[in-house]
Amino acid sequence: MKTSIFISALAAAVALGGLASAQTLDDVKARGKINCGVTEGTLGFSARDGEGKHQGFDVDFCRALGAAIFGDSEAVEYIELSSKNRFTALSAGQVDLLYRTTTWTFSRDVDLKTSFVGVNYYDGQGFLVPTGLGVSSAKELDGATVCIETGTTTELNLADFFRVNGMSYTPLPVGGTTEAKALFEEGACDVYTTDASALAGVRASLKDPAAFQILPEIVSKEPLGPTVRHGDDQWGDVVRWTQNALVAAEELGVTSANVAELANGTDNPEINRMLGSEGALGAMLNLDADWAARAIAATGNYGEIFERNIGENTPIGLARGLNAQWTQGGLQYSPPFR
Amino acid sequence: MAREIAFVRSEMLGEKPPPASIVGVQGWIKDNLFSSVSNSILTVVALYLVFVILSGILPWIFLGIWNAESLAECREIFAERYGDGTEYACWAVVKARWHQIVFGYYSPDQYWRPILGFILIAVSIAPILFPKLPKKLFFVSFASLFLYPWLIWGGSFWTPITAALGAVIGFFAYRYVTERFGFLFGVLAGCAAALIWWSFISGFAASALQSAIPATIAQVSSLNLAGFVLSITIGIVAIVASLPIAIVLALGRQSDMWIVNKLCTGFIETIRGVPLITLLFVATVLLNYFLPRGVEFDVILRVNILVTLFTAAYIAEVIRGGLAALPKGQYEAADALGLTYWQAQRQIILPQALKISIPGIVSNFISVFKDTTLVSIVALNDPLGIANNIRANSDWNGIVWELYGFIALIFWVVCFSMSRYSMYLERKLQTGHR
Amino acid sequence: MADQTIQPPRESFNLSMLLYDQRYRGLTIQVVVLILVLSGFFWLANNAATNLAAIGKPIRFDFMDDTAGYDISQHLIEYNSTDSHGRATLVGLMNTLLVAFMGCVTATIIGVVGGVLRLSNNWLVSRLMTLYVEIFRNVPVLLWILVCMFTFTALAPQPREFRGENPEATMKMWDSVAVTNRGIYLPEPLFSRPLGDIDIGVFKISIELLVLLGLLAGGILFARWNAARANKIQAETGERPTTIWMAVAAIVIPPIVVLIALGFHVGKPELTGFNFQGGINMSAPLIALWLGLSLYTGTYIVEAVRSGIESVNKGQAEAASALGIRPGRTMKLVVLPQALRVILPQLTSQYLNLTKNSSLAIAIGYMDLVATLGGITLNQTGREMETILMTMGIYLTISLLISFSMTRFENRVKLVER
Repeated sequence: MKTSIFISALAAAVALGGLASAQTLDDVKARGKINCGVTEGTLGFSARDGEGKHQGFDVDFCRALGAAIFGDSEAVEYIELSSKNRFTALSAGQVDLLYRTTTWTFSRDVDLKTSFVGVNYYDGQGFLVPTGLGVSSAKELDGATVCIETGTTTELNLADFFRVNGMSYTPLPVGGTTEAKALFEEGACDVYTTDASALAGVRASLKDPAAFQILPEIVSKEPLGPTVRHGDDQWGDVVRWTQNALVAAEELGVTSANVAELANGTDNPEINRMLGSEGALGAMLNLDADWAARAIAATGNYGEIFERNIGENTPIGLARGLNAQWTQGGLQYSPPFR
Repeated sequence: MAREIAFVRSEMLGEKPPPASIVGVQGWIKDNLFSSVSNSILTVVALYLVFVILSGILPWIFLGIWNAESLAECREIFAERYGDGTEYACWAVVKARWHQIVFGYYSPDQYWRPILGFILIAVSIAPILFPKLPKKLFFVSFASLFLYPWLIWGGSFWTPITAALGAVIGFFAYRYVTERFGFLFGVLAGCAAALIWWSFISGFAASALQSAIPATIAQVSSLNLAGFVLSITIGIVAIVASLPIAIVLALGRQSDMWIVNKLCTGFIETIRGVPLITLLFVATVLLNYFLPRGVEFDVILRVNILVTLFTAAYIAEVIRGGLAALPKGQYEAADALGLTYWQAQRQIILPQALKISIPGIVSNFISVFKDTTLVSIVALNDPLGIANNIRANSDWNGIVWELYGFIALIFWVVCFSMSRYSMYLERKLQTGHR
Repeated sequence: MADQTIQPPRESFNLSMLLYDQRYRGLTIQVVVLILVLSGFFWLANNAATNLAAIGKPIRFDFMDDTAGYDISQHLIEYNSTDSHGRATLVGLMNTLLVAFMGCVTATIIGVVGGVLRLSNNWLVSRLMTLYVEIFRNVPVLLWILVCMFTFTALAPQPREFRGENPEATMKMWDSVAVTNRGIYLPEPLFSRPLGDIDIGVFKISIELLVLLGLLAGGILFARWNAARANKIQAETGERPTTIWMAVAAIVIPPIVVLIALGFHVGKPELTGFNFQGGINMSAPLIALWLGLSLYTGTYIVEAVRSGIESVNKGQAEAASALGIRPGRTMKLVVLPQALRVILPQLTSQYLNLTKNSSLAIAIGYMDLVATLGGITLNQTGREMETILMTMGIYLTISLLISFSMTRFENRVKLVER
């Protein structure tokens, strides 16, 4: 039995994972699929729907990558990882990249031998409190009980924030968003803290959202972005520039609706270079010339992805804020395509 | 001379029915509920507790809503109906997602596969559980060893067939060599033959057959293996795969060879001394480091390996208990007949020891099945993991009790029936022994 | 010719005897097995070393001295976020031991009471106990822990309900115990003339506690000596002097005197700011984990106790009653000591299971060993190999200690057979 399971599973599933080497792009092309590490379920960023398909903000970036490399946004295998095994899975070659709400920090970038190749969401840690608590600033939270999700950078930021401000608090660390939220709703804690992106969604899903408010303070910088293995620059470039193409597309007014038309050539040389009607940027990445056009056609530009998954018209209702284009006062800024 | 004595009764009085306080409902109540003061107090307290719990839970369950598209809609309906914030269960989530909790992420047109797999398993353990059934059913057991993985993971039909062929070849090699060179070499030769077949020949044979007569079902990635299908698969694989390991470990621990004994004892006690969750961390986080670079197992396979080792340590102790419970005369009789160690084990000791170990093995299976919920902590989608995933969808964000209740109910039904069966078996084996 | 004994033919040793000769065969097998196992270990360790070196994370333990940076709400020893990972691990370990100990005690109480009630002749009560056992043991313990957590936080009042003129919730036990859904606040013993603490490096031990424990131990020793003296007098004169009053006095009076001398008073928790302050705090996750583990493990102990009592031959109880021993004493002196032999091994394995299951604390945010060392420390330092192996090693040590001490206890009550 053991051997037969062994063999059939070997045959059925990933038998020989790619050597965690420098040829990720070749491995991916040979495999015909991207192995994309995502969360095990985060509202708006990645979750399975009723048909079992992955949906979400992070998921759309993986799909764009699939479209850029293979012309098929479905050529992606989503591998759900916990905060514990995500870096191991990456360094062991089990996944090709992480789009897993992973905060770019010094020690992760340097010590854990991973490379962050961009920021798809600028986040920061905020606080959600009941209006009835009579608190208008996070600095008034001395002595409060705080619900946090464990296993993330959240705990460290929280400890730092309270220590710096000379306040005490009682942490109530909980495994998952849902549990933490349920406990907060029952009043097991005064404050709920997590990345501001999640806070809005949490507030929206409470029984009576009007009875809760998000405090103005953002106590940390949480740049969330795609992560690849250290030392594979070619693959890193593909991931980085696919994301940049989506950002640049929004800036240049390229959308999923008009990309097919614009790809035939425009007056704007940067659009032409990006969409492949001019120059050979695709070939430099070892991809087809229309790689960016395919990505945009599959998922839309950065703004479309944002609005579809977490924007103001969704139940999560996030404002663009820091994630607006740099021309709109935000931080999303793509280096030029030339 | 018949003397009539006035005070001697000449006929007996008819039997009177016992007083109403002894028989009937009243008598039963008095006997069983209010036989003494302390008993009466206990009864009243118990009744009160039952009332409190049921009055809290029953309305919540039975006044729940089955037809809604999202939690928000449930809440709207409750607000409309009661208007005072009273809320009951929103069972709509179970209606919308029960198929994911049970079947995981199989596409609905493939649901027949896990269902057929479960039926196969039921049929194949039937001859072990009910000895009266014809022994020919063991062929089904043998076949399902290969068919179940095929049904679950999919692929070419010829893969399980050629894999089974390997087992048959191994068996004949074992038979042939055992007759000439003894049991130990027989086992070695059998394993070697099967391994050679599996690693070098079966792949070609399967693809040749496949090209001749194509027969394939869609492959299902392990990533889509979730819900109760995942729990049951992990549980079954763990039990079946751990049995041979457990037998070896148990014999090793009983053995008087010092090194073998200590190695087996050390392994069993180490595994039993650590929580399963840490072993799951090893499976998901560390196992990659222990294998050569580039060798990469599927995560479910890794979890299965560790759960199997975990189960083997526990079942080894059950079997050791079975070995120890055999009367010493059995061992002595085997020795007296001049049987070798392996002959004695195979013909006399193990069949009896395994038979009395079955209830213990069943209850171990129940615990492994329950323990599979731990894999949700390492990001696998067992039913609890799926519940988490369902709540990450904005339609159902905020649901807690309904999903837990549904999952608990299924666990309860499965575990309860198995534990009842194991108790029945235990009673039957006990009487058979005396 | 007396020395003409027949010498057995001297066999020359040849290699095939290693396989075919019963005398050497066992040795051969053992050596082969040992070589196989050792080379397997070497292979795994070698792979691990190569892989870790390749990604630049050779096994080192100096990260344990780095600043942990995270807070732990429930801690038995002094701890704050500037302490090291090593100290956080120690806090986690003590939390594991705390909940395991509390769980074992309550599970045993539930088990013994439940086992007796299950055999009760009250139909309703025995059926309810059966129901309890069947419901709790057939659903995974992880679910029960989650259910306990959510039930506790949903049912217990929030701290803010204690506020105002007509609070919805009040403190219990003469305003000294506060039950909130953040946890239970108990009064704490305080001394107005404290003796201070002994700092033994890792943590501090309060001298008051040591003195009180010392006095108690002394009192118990005195009581036992006194009882032995009474036995001797009884053996000599046939009359037994009353010992109970001296024993009570020896055990109770010295601690009370010391407590008064130290200015003992009770510190009550008070509602200040968001939460109750002061007193001993048992956080909600601790209570949920404790309840969940006790209720789940309790069912197994109920069954163990029931099977233990049923295993005692009915004739034993009948013989005792024929001798005129009262039912209570029959249970205590005749049935239970014999039942204990059946119960104890099962009890040991349930204690072990409970301790290991306490690692599920991670699901509800109780900061035990797995949540600190194997959780946040692992995530912050990225040292998977070291942290997970250390976690396993510590659990293994705890388990071995439990089974070692329980085996000694089992041996003491073992029936000495012919």
